[in-house]
Amino acid sequence: MLQVKVLGSGCPNCQRLERETRAALDEAGIGYELVKVTEFADIAAYGVMSTPALVMNEEVLSSGRIPKHDQIVSWAHERASA
Amino acid sequence: MATNTQHFPKINTDRRAFLLVGLLALVWGILYNNLQPIADWLTYTLLGLSRESAVGQSLNFFIYDVPKILLLLTGMIFLITLAQTFINTERVRAVVEKRGAGVGNVMASLFGAITPFCSCSSVPLFIGFVQAGIPLGITFSFLITSPIMNEVAFVLLLGLFGWQVALMYLVSGVVIGVVAGMILGRLKLERYVEEFVFQVRANRVAVGLIEEKPTWLERFEEAAEKTREIVGKVWLFVIIGIGIGAFIHGFIPEDALTGIMGQDTWWSVPAAVLLGIPLYSNAAGVIPIVSAMLGKGAALGTVLAFMMSVVALSLPEMIILRKVLKPRLIAIFIGVVALSIVVTGYLFNLVV
Repeated sequence: MLQVKVLGSGCPNCQRLERETRAALDEAGIGYELVKVTEFADIAAYGVMSTPALVMNEEVLSSGRIPKHDQIVSWAHERASA
Repeated sequence: MATNTQHFPKINTDRRAFLLVGLLALVWGILYNNLQPIADWLTYTLLGLSRESAVGQSLNFFIYDVPKILLLLTGMIFLITLAQTFINTERVRAVVEKRGAGVGNVMASLFGAITPFCSCSSVPLFIGFVQAGIPLGITFSFLITSPIMNEVAFVLLLGLFGWQVALMYLVSGVVIGVVAGMILGRLKLERYVEEFVFQVRANRVAVGLIEEKPTWLERFEEAAEKTREIVGKVWLFVIIGIGIGAFIHGFIPEDALTGIMGQDTWWSVPAAVLLGIPLYSNAAGVIPIVSAMLGKGAALGTVLAFMMSVVALSLPEMIILRKVLKPRLIAIFIGVVALSIVVTGYLFNLVV
């Protein structure tokens, strides 16, 4: 199961990233488990300095922006099959 | 479909993106330079209002200013957000880390000037700076200039007051950050920072963050997206603000404000700063009103101080900062920033 984390304190963009990630992964039919990380201490532990950030299988893939739909899907494919 | 486009040479899509942006810039330029004749024609020819009447002047001012400011806002915010796509927070931190007080403060403050202040970036960035062992004073330089320098405020000043005032705003925002940061740095305030900030250890290297360089098309897209977001949030306030400003412009007599906001009224600067602290969400609407006040005898320093205090010190910002700073430090922070703004206001009133 793909472990997905959305890092962000709950700002509008963080919610958007969560929505878009869910939409992308659902559409691609990839099984995943999504956790929202909202505590600043936990976010900082990932070394992220601007949110929202997207993490898959404990790897930080983007920060401070919302990646494109296709980008999310291709990251997920690379990691779901591994 | 989209996976296919990645195989096309980047140059091609980039060239098309440049072409489109260039074309839009051209349309923008033509529109922007013909607003006064259009406004004149609408008010004086089409509606047949007299050039001398208060109604005619107010309406003309409104019809000219609204599209002008909205165009300027869209164009400039696009450029600013485009510039922001080139800023890499990790790299900035690495550069600031090597500098001591002084140069470090200036760099952190400049960095704060171009970064928007929001819960999305400011708190994680604060923690990131502290983690890297960057002195608190330098981190504060960032934390002070970032909210003072608001891109919407900057553009409105540019459009309504001219580039000199906008530049003055920029320079004083950075100077306030540097000076206040250096003062705060001397005060040894580490104990008023929430403990967890010092305990956090980044235990994972942000591997994926070494992303490939975005193409110009991607930069343009990101800037367009952010522009839509920012302009979408403020346009209504701007129009309302210009509406009230237009009313002041046409109906309030000249010199009406000289007594309370003029250069010779010593208490007007601190009063303006105090008044500005609780005002926030209407920053976009306040500036057009304030600009009309300037035409009625208010002093520039007073007006700038008011505006900076509206933009820089606000409840939402304090709520964000509360996550990492203890109340005592927030109070000190407000005090130092407010004081710096008051001094800046007096300085401008003296000089201009």
